[in-house]
Amino acid sequence: MNTFLDFEKPIAELEGKIKELRHLSDDGELNIVDEVTRLQSKAERLLKQTYSKLTPWQKTLVARHPDRPHFCDYIEALVEDFSPLAGDRAFGEDLAIVGGLGRFRGYSAVIIGHEKGADTEGRVRHNFGMARPEGYRKAVRLMDLAERFCLPVITLVDTPGAYPGIGAEERGQSEAIARAIQKCTDLRVPLISVVVGEGGSGGAIALAAANHVSMLENSVYSVISPEGCASILWRSPDKAQDAADALKLTAQDLHKLAIVDSIIPEPLGGAHRAPEGVIESVGDEIERALRALIGVPGGELRARRREKFMAIGQTGLS
Amino acid sequence: MNWITNSVLPKIQALVGREMPDNLWHKCPACGQMIFHRDLEQNLKVCPECDHHMRMGPIERLAILFDDGQYQTIEIAKTALDPLKFRDRKRYTDRLREAQAKTGRQDAIVVAHGTIGGSPAVVAVFDFAFMGGSMGSAVGEGLVRAAKLAETQNAALIAFPSSGGARMQEGILSLMQMPRSVAAVDKVKDKGLPYIVVLTDPTTGGVTASFAMLGDIHLAEPGAIIGFAGQRVIQETIREQLPDGFQKAEYLREHGMVDAVVPRRDLKQTLGRILGLLMAPGPIAKIVALPQPELVIAPRNDPGTTPADVTETDGASPSG
Ligand SMILES: [Zn+2]
Repeated sequence: MNTFLDFEKPIAELEGKIKELRHLSDDGELNIVDEVTRLQSKAERLLKQTYSKLTPWQKTLVARHPDRPHFCDYIEALVEDFSPLAGDRAFGEDLAIVGGLGRFRGYSAVIIGHEKGADTEGRVRHNFGMARPEGYRKAVRLMDLAERFCLPVITLVDTPGAYPGIGAEERGQSEAIARAIQKCTDLRVPLISVVVGEGGSGGAIALAAANHVSMLENSVYSVISPEGCASILWRSPDKAQDAADALKLTAQDLHKLAIVDSIIPEPLGGAHRAPEGVIESVGDEIERALRALIGVPGGELRARRREKFMAIGQTGLS
Repeated sequence: MNWITNSVLPKIQALVGREMPDNLWHKCPACGQMIFHRDLEQNLKVCPECDHHMRMGPIERLAILFDDGQYQTIEIAKTALDPLKFRDRKRYTDRLREAQAKTGRQDAIVVAHGTIGGSPAVVAVFDFAFMGGSMGSAVGEGLVRAAKLAETQNAALIAFPSSGGARMQEGILSLMQMPRSVAAVDKVKDKGLPYIVVLTDPTTGGVTASFAMLGDIHLAEPGAIIGFAGQRVIQETIREQLPDGFQKAEYLREHGMVDAVVPRRDLKQTLGRILGLLMAPGPIAKIVALPQPELVIAPRNDPGTTPADVTETDGASPSG
């Protein structure tokens, strides 16, 4: 069963009609088969029309789509021998960030990412992908492990942001995020990041200060959610659409701003309509980026990464 | 407090000068006490009644920090203005112009250098009055410049954040100032120079979650609000009462995030002492750390079962 977004309503209606007719056409009536074909091409046209001109706000909704492939789907399809590793060795385990060792297309690697959860129970278990300090500290620990064994690090970003709570603040949410960013820029092994859904603020950059950063076509990456931005700057959360426009949070805008290195295309109608293909494309892009970094000395990987981020916002940009 | 009265006060008065009549009264926001303007300035903007530390502008701060009140500020290169052409209810360029007119500053950071307790120091101070001290490209540039200056002068780097966080109007570019500032201070630390953060009211959001939490030493001013998420956001999320003193400097010290809460009148002395201990170690030989071995993930000639070969070479003779 597909979950449709508000702006997909006309498509949903057509697809519903097609389904009904198909049910009828079991009787083998020819004109129904014709009608189905006609409606199908109409639905596809509509889908193409809608998705070729998605607004930044609509892209935000697609990026948050509940059926969009999540970290665990990528692991299942792309990584062999995945061995999840838990805990920050100080306080606890935070499943908003999942990480471990695994073999990606032959390469042993440390793979870390936000997981939002696929159903209600999963979403609660993974805290909707909103990590607490333990999640970031676990990520740092796994990056240390990668460095010790000279393994590349792959991160998949998909988070509304870091979790705002009393315990998180008490245990140093800021410090944990700062250390994770520091570890990312400091690593002496390749670090490759893909924003696969929502790149929410500090919680996202904590895993994404990478040598190579890609975004899926309909993913978003931003300093604050459009809703949060609207309620602060417009004093009204209803202005989220305006905020989404102003923030320039789409993959296309961020590529123009040279913040992301590449955009990975999604199938018509978004990643959730054909997850297998998207997951493979993400795998291909990671492999390409990884091959380009193999053989580069660790010190240089670190220097390049630092220089790249230290140059962002200097005179001349934009 | 002689040095303050003799050398600093005239300086402050010269700076704020005519516009501040001495007969002005201030109301302490904490205890409500009416304080004579001159008394408040003399007491470093700390309420004489309840010890509440009020916010302080960057120039006032610099004046009471360096030896003999002597320091030089540096130019910060102009960065791209309004790279996103951002407009909410107002244009970002208009907001910038207003803030510049109000503060007389290009952006929310001032970088200065001099000596503190005899040790060379580069100081980066935020101006909360400039768009809430928010961190955009210009503030990031200030931090990068400050870090580079510390490296070239073999000086300590001291940051005084006071910021609501990232500057939303610069979108992703403001988020990118987080890794940018982190990489900048890391280079100072790599050179063996001290990096000290003095957390002042308020330090929140993307600023706390980047360079401000990575100091060798974290000092904080009494009562300063320091945290990641805003209190309203937390309350809306958890729908619980926040504990007493939540996100205050003392609370952070209790939770292990801050080394010491230092009253403003002791700050200069404390910084001078710490810098002396770190930078002038006395009659002991410098302990030389071993160079880190170079890591290389090298491709294999035969792309067989194991595609990557792990080699560790000596840092002194890099290869591969
Ligand atoms: Zn008072």
